[in-house]
Amino acid sequence: MAAIAREYRTVRQITGPLMLVEGVEGVTYGELTDIKLTDGGIRRGRVLEVSGDMALVQVFEGTSGLAPQDVKIKFLGKGLEIGVSQDMLGRVFDGFGYPIDDGPSIIPEKYLNVNGNPMNPYARDYPNEFIQTGISTIDLLNTLVRGQKLPLFSGSGLPHSRLAAQIARQATVLRTGEKFAVVFAAMGITFEESEFFVADFRRTGAIERSVLFINLADGPPIERLSLPRTALTTAEFLAFEKNMHVLVILTDMTNYCEALREISAARREVPGRRGYPGYLYTDLSTIYERAGRIKGKTGSITQIPVLTMPEDDKTHPIPDLTGYITEGQIVVHRGLHAQGIYPPVDVLPSLSRLKDKGIGEGKTREDHADVMNQLYSAYARGKEAKELAVVLGESALSEEDILFVKFSDAFENRLVCQGEDENRTIEESLGIGWELLGMLPKGQLKRVRDAFVEKYYPKP
Amino acid sequence: MDEAHGSVIKVSGPLVVARGLTGARMYEMVRVGEARLFGEIIEIRDDDYSIQVYEETEGIGPGQPVWRTGEPLSVELGPGLIRSIYDGVQRPLDALQKDFGDYVVRGAERPALDRTRQWTFSPAVRTGAEVATGDVLGTVQESKLVLHKIMVPHGKTGKVVKIAPVAGNVDTEIAVLETPKGNISITMVQRWPVRQSRPVARKLMPTFPLVTGQRVIDMFFPMAQGGTACVPGPFGSGKTVVQHQLAKWADAQIIVYVGCGERGNEMTDVLMEFPSLKDPSSGEALMERTVLVANTSNMPVAAREASVFTGIAIAEYFRDMGYSVALMADSTSRWAEAMREISGRLEEMPGEEGYPAYLGSRIASFYERAGNVICLGSDKRRASVSIIGAVSPPGGDLSEPVVQATLRVVKVYWGLDDKLAFARHFPAINWLASYSLYQDIVDANADSQIAVDWSEIRTRAMALLQQEAELEELVRLVGVDSLAADDRILMQTARMIREDFLHQNAFDDRDTYTSPGKQYNLLSLILHYYDHARSALENGASLDNLMKLTILDEVARAKLIPEEDRDQFDHLKRRMTSDIRALLPNA
Repeated sequence: MAAIAREYRTVRQITGPLMLVEGVEGVTYGELTDIKLTDGGIRRGRVLEVSGDMALVQVFEGTSGLAPQDVKIKFLGKGLEIGVSQDMLGRVFDGFGYPIDDGPSIIPEKYLNVNGNPMNPYARDYPNEFIQTGISTIDLLNTLVRGQKLPLFSGSGLPHSRLAAQIARQATVLRTGEKFAVVFAAMGITFEESEFFVADFRRTGAIERSVLFINLADGPPIERLSLPRTALTTAEFLAFEKNMHVLVILTDMTNYCEALREISAARREVPGRRGYPGYLYTDLSTIYERAGRIKGKTGSITQIPVLTMPEDDKTHPIPDLTGYITEGQIVVHRGLHAQGIYPPVDVLPSLSRLKDKGIGEGKTREDHADVMNQLYSAYARGKEAKELAVVLGESALSEEDILFVKFSDAFENRLVCQGEDENRTIEESLGIGWELLGMLPKGQLKRVRDAFVEKYYPKP
Repeated sequence: MDEAHGSVIKVSGPLVVARGLTGARMYEMVRVGEARLFGEIIEIRDDDYSIQVYEETEGIGPGQPVWRTGEPLSVELGPGLIRSIYDGVQRPLDALQKDFGDYVVRGAERPALDRTRQWTFSPAVRTGAEVATGDVLGTVQESKLVLHKIMVPHGKTGKVVKIAPVAGNVDTEIAVLETPKGNISITMVQRWPVRQSRPVARKLMPTFPLVTGQRVIDMFFPMAQGGTACVPGPFGSGKTVVQHQLAKWADAQIIVYVGCGERGNEMTDVLMEFPSLKDPSSGEALMERTVLVANTSNMPVAAREASVFTGIAIAEYFRDMGYSVALMADSTSRWAEAMREISGRLEEMPGEEGYPAYLGSRIASFYERAGNVICLGSDKRRASVSIIGAVSPPGGDLSEPVVQATLRVVKVYWGLDDKLAFARHFPAINWLASYSLYQDIVDANADSQIAVDWSEIRTRAMALLQQEAELEELVRLVGVDSLAADDRILMQTARMIREDFLHQNAFDDRDTYTSPGKQYNLLSLILHYYDHARSALENGASLDNLMKLTILDEVARAKLIPEEDRDQFDHLKRRMTSDIRALLPNA
């Protein structure tokens, strides 16, 4: 890359957030630019394509108010970098890593390219350490482990923010002597949502060990594209160089994908499904795959991306492609929410793919897997019987069916439902599980080994 | 390689256009920019050469140098492949980690076969022997399970003038051939362009089953050695677990597992689990017969496109030694998406859903590289490559182009169903929708080797499952109590087939693998109940008692009977007969 920064006044075309600059020399793909306006203002941009002496530049703050003849563009000879430091904890930044909380600027320990490099699969360590979130539907039934990426699939108007905040609050106080951090990445969320998180982090003191990156709904969409990468670069620094266990909350991935579509459309690319670019999967994977553990390192990155499914449709490209990359999903359900159940987690379509390695003796408790399977199957059976009752009427149910219907109601009210500040230990969650299984005769507990039934089945 | 041959004129993501590479051919490998990134020529227009670059292109710009290598994308083949883990262009990920750290950095390069490892070569022919392409010159014990055969490379024929037992790394000369064009030195390593299939003497129809130890597969939708299969299913339906199970338990001699655009943690799982798992036939660690290709979703997309070819070229090489090889590709949809992405950058006219119009022919030519063959070489050894591809259709929609193009060429379809997965029925292979066109081959083998009525019980069990599906419609409308008594027995039997036979727990040490013999015992035990219960019903036994037989609990646990205690099935059968007889009114 040329060492000297070069300045040009040869902008020829402006379309959407894109600018075409002519007569450039030595410009490279992905290079950062400063765009100087006549009023002294500076906007930033990045080279999206370079062909001969023409460069296509994407302007981060948008192009409104720009005129080709007024603009002076300077190529900076480097890619998008962020200066990282442990002092970032407790601070709030924008999508490019500039502080927006009126605090002093950060003195970086080092500069890192926000795109990162793919983690060598051979260097990965398998995620198998249980994380207690204090939420029964997660801990007991869809166990989260360190280094996992487990998204919340939600919909508009559902309390996913409250749930995410509760996880952030409770997941980080496990064992003493370990260092925790929360990296919170907010893309295109409203002021109210953002304020909710910041206030919640302040109220509980969590802010001290958090780094917040915030791009509001009225901020530039393109900032949304760099924000998760900036946040994850910071998380990687904290996890693998400062030995912290980092929980990254990405909200709302739907806004991220919309921004990606916006840019793709402006570039006139061939659209894939529903107008999203064909590389949406690859692009999302470069975000989600930055979760994990590395052999020989203490720290870890666990991701909880939040996304609102348009029309609660799980087959929409955003949740669909996310589900193909992440290790399971927690589904937030409108029906349960309407019943007044918090957190309204629908456990049947929810799944944690890594749970089997994180539970059992020495990690949670010996009977965990059996209890989980039994609760699942009994709840599924109860729900099925309920559906049947809707078609045929309650009188069509057998005695056994009625028992399972009662079970599934109790399951929702007792196990799924819990307070927003209720932090249940895994022992407590298992206890509730057994209390519910106690409603069923021992003979029905086919998925629990006899020894555990003997030991844990509630005594009358 | 120091003087650059050409220079970059355009960069757009992973696509670079260069000029001045006169003489370069399609699919030739080049190195791009000062960082010397790997790339491959994919289009030539006048003097403009379009290059797909296998690494992130940030920092590349017009004017930067481009070097030719004079060779298409090729793999290195020789001892040391087994137990390796490669990225999509055969860079050894373990060596990269050792030398470059925990992240895959750009331009990093290490030889695919470790030059520090020593091998002992034992000759199989003598000096003076006339040999041709494919003839085995000698062997190297590569791992406990794999005897690596060093073959005469493609296109070479001649007389062996020097051969002797030697020890050394793969570059060591093991023989000298006298050919009309002069003497040539043969080492333990050869190269092969991945996009070209390795030639064989003749292709044959598949004739042997590929036993997988998975009950729903071996019994109902079997696979053949040298055959092709696909596993489509929405996310969370257990594609990867099915693929892992096949990689673990399929009775192939060599397994090539291609993780193509999937999760990093899944590859780690394979890496950590395989060394501790034992092959049921040899008792050795499964890793001793496995080669891994891992190009996870966040690794460069062009290398993902290449990864499938890298895997199949390695598989064909082991096939040429006379082995039965199985290749798992998870997932071919990510491979197709990589093609779509590159095609989009080339501004090609898109076909369906943005995929290139050649999607179907590419998929077909990949699966066509499977087969049961007679290898090149004078001993006419037989071998096979079987391909099992996972497909990840968006939204689980089977009408999308990748699934459709795949179904046109594969012979076995294991359709995964998310409804079954929600009900925690694994493997979630839908028994009503799936099919296998190798049923006849497998039946012929199983009827003669396992039990004369293997195909008969299979057909009967399948018919019961079909009838259950029809009856279920009725039950939903009128309730189960209004069914006739013999239909209730049918429903009960079908439920037993589903829960006690088809359902198989991949994570249970004993349930994870079932031999075909035990599969037969288990299914025939369930049908034994059906036959006896029905005839007891006709003779006046009460339905309630027949439904509540306590021995049924033992049938439910029969899948956990150890392989060595298979005579227990006969005891169970006899007890079941007498228990049912005891329910007859005159008993």
